[in-house]
Formats: sequence, structure tokens, C-alpha cells
Amino acid sequence: MTAPAGSLLVARDLRKAYGPTTALDGAEFSIHPGEVVAVMGPSGSGKSTLLHCLAGIVTPDSGSITYDGREVTAMSDAERSALRRSAFGFVFQFGQLVPELTCVENVALPLRLSGSSRKEAERTALAWMERLEVDDLRKKRPGEVSGGQGQRVAVARSLVTNPRVVFADEPTGALDSFNGERVMELLTDAARSANTAVVLVTHEARVAAYSDREIVVRDGRSRDMERVV
Amino acid sequence: MSIGHTLLGLLESGPRHGYDLKRAFDEKFGHDRPLHYGQVYSTMSRLLKNGLVEVDGIEAGGGPERKRYAITEAGITDVERWLATPEKPEPYLQSTLYTKVVLALLTHRDAADILDGQRSEHLRSMRILTDRKRKGDLADQLICDHALFHLEADLRWLELTAARLDKLREAVAR
Ligand SMILES: Nc1ncnc2c1ncn2[C@@H]1O[C@H](COP(=O)(O)OP(=O)(O)O)[C@@H](O)[C@H]1O
Ligand SMILES: [Mg+2]
Repeated sequence: MTAPAGSLLVARDLRKAYGPTTALDGAEFSIHPGEVVAVMGPSGSGKSTLLHCLAGIVTPDSGSITYDGREVTAMSDAERSALRRSAFGFVFQFGQLVPELTCVENVALPLRLSGSSRKEAERTALAWMERLEVDDLRKKRPGEVSGGQGQRVAVARSLVTNPRVVFADEPTGALDSFNGERVMELLTDAARSANTAVVLVTHEARVAAYSDREIVVRDGRSRDMERVV
Repeated sequence: MSIGHTLLGLLESGPRHGYDLKRAFDEKFGHDRPLHYGQVYSTMSRLLKNGLVEVDGIEAGGGPERKRYAITEAGITDVERWLATPEKPEPYLQSTLYTKVVLALLTHRDAADILDGQRSEHLRSMRILTDRKRKGDLADQLICDHALFHLEADLRWLELTAARLDKLREAVAR
């Protein structure tokens, strides 16, 4: 498969095994700046492994991943974590907020880790929390907010560094459909207006309906539904 | 559901007599609605006229049910096209989708492909509804949600079927 021109992140022929288990078996992927791509497929098909490889968290056994023309698999660990910190944001299903920190401190954390002052980081964090309609929770700790509120705080945190790509692995998996859709609406609105691409792993069609297109992963192989038809 | 395509698909694994076709159809797809002989013969004569089947032999004793039909190349192409074209998302598609999946398995085509294509078609409609919901007022939201939940129900059935393809393949081979 040749990736369409202008792709921001492209993966080719990714293979990854965990012992005897083949998680990826020649998976392909590409995403444009500002595009929202849903990664669908049954449980255990390799969706999370694909996302982790794309995000430079897991190194594939073979295959190539290029981000903005640079080969991610050839980077040193330090280069890869710098890329993750500066260009990527992450939202997971749960358990991602630091329980000891307040919500605004959680959202500000990625900025603090890249050297911003506390004041500056929290000012930017608060702007994102307003955007996600959770600024009134700034003084609360994650244990004191609801699941839907916590996910919105997590979305604010994923966007706070102005990433080019947000990786979201079942971001609504622990929410009811009303809260799940609200999170999707806010995430995709914010991402689109900042021209941030979103890799959205989900098995829920209503969530995938917030994407621009979908790929389907089965047995570690991916199928790009747009280029099939 | 297209009875013509279904009968054609059943013929793909080998020529059959009219009565045999009806029996195969009723057994696999006609649980609550068996075919009438009249439907079989009107369908078969239409398929004959269109060159999608041909008469392969006639048993002694006469009568239309004694004709043996075989699918033609044009007939195979027609089944292929029907299976590969996703259904327009609308309520109560299950019987058509079920028929397509079973026929694909019977004729050794990729049934997962059919399900993927259908999911994609459903998602296309769901994106349009989602977009309308985002931009609309509360009434739009409620109307779109209703349609979205119905499409989602189809897709949940589709995912469950996809997960059970191996079992279904064994069952239809029997
Ligand atoms: N860290 C790991 N160690 C061992 N096996 C793993 C690990 N991560 C994933 N797997 C296996 O790889 C396959 C794909 O997993 P995953 O990518 O998590 O699928 P999905 O996200 O689609 O449910 C599964 O069989 C899973 O059990
Ligand atoms: Mg997963």
C-alpha cells in the first residue's frame, strides 16, 4: 500500500509477536493532519498493539513507522520519548490521572514535564479545561469527580501541549452512552479546530461515527475501508 | 430479500432440481416463511430468460419441478455483485444480511468481507446522522439518536455474527 500524499503518520507492514502470540501480522496505517481515524475490530485483534506501535510506546518486530517523514523505529529511546512528549497526546480508558494531584495539576502535568513554569502551565491547562467544560473541577482530585468528568479532564490533558496526534484507546469504554458521546464531541471538536489528528481505538459504532473514516483490524491485519470501496 | 439471488447462490455449489432448490431454501432461510412452488418457478423462469441459469436436464415424469437448473457464468457474476454490494442501511436488514453471509460461506467466498463492507456502509449513515445531531437542536438530536440506535443494533448483530463465522461455516457445511 502506498500512503496517500500528505500523511502525517504512516505505518507499513507492522509485525509484532508476544511469545507465541502474533499481535500484529502486517498491519498498515496512515493518517493526515487533523484527521480522525477510528480503529475498529474485535477484542484481541491487535488494535491496542497497533496504537502503541504508532505512538512509539512499543517497538514492532519489523515494519516501518514514519512520523512527519522521520523513521520512528530508527530513533533512540530518548528521541522517541521527546517525540511523544512534544507531538503526541494520550487518552486511555481509565486510570490515567494522578490521584494525588488536583485536576488542574493533572492537566498541567505534561507542560510541567517539558519545563514550563507552574503558573504558565496551569493557565494553559485551565483554558483547555474550560474548553472541555470542566474548569469548575480544577481544585478537585480525580477521586472526587465522576467518570465522565474524569475523562474530560484526561482529554484536556491530552491536548494541553498542542499535540499533532492524540492517541485515544477506548476513551469512552468506561462511560455510559450520554457521557461517552459528550466526550467524543468535545474531543473531536477541539482536535479539529487545532488541526490535531486523532487515532481512535473503539469497538463502539456510535463512537466511531465521530471519525472521518475507519480501519478494521482483524487477526493483526488492518483493512482500510475507504480504500477498499 | 432477493429470492432470485438467493436461489442463484444455492445453485452455485451444483445443479439442482426445482423441488430440491425449494427444500434447500426453506431449510436454510425459510424458517418462518417457506417458499411456495409458484415463487420458485416464476423466479426460475425469470432467471432463465435473463440467462443467469440454464436447464441442465429434465427428469422423466414431466412437471416443472422436474427440471434441473444450473447456474451460468453470468449468474455467478450476478451473485458476486449482489454479495459485494452493501445493503442500504435500514431497519430489519437481518434476514438479507444473514442470507448473504450464509451464501458466501456456502460458496466459499469471504463472508468477513461482506460484513466489513456493510459496517462501512452503516458507519457512513451514522456519520451523517452524528453530524446532523451535532449541529441541530434538541429535536434533531432525538430524531437522529433514534435512527442511530437502530443502526447500532444492526452493527451489534453484525459484530456478533463476525465473531461466530467459524461456527456458522461448520453449521452451513452440514
Ligand atoms: N504485553 C503483552 N504480552 C503478551 N501478549 C499480549 C500483550 N499485549 C497484547 N498481547 C496479545 O496480543 C493480541 C492483541 O492484543 P491487543 O493489541 O491488546 O488487542 P485489542 O486491543 O484489539 O483487544 C492479544 O492476543 C493479546 O492477548
Ligand atoms: Mg485494546
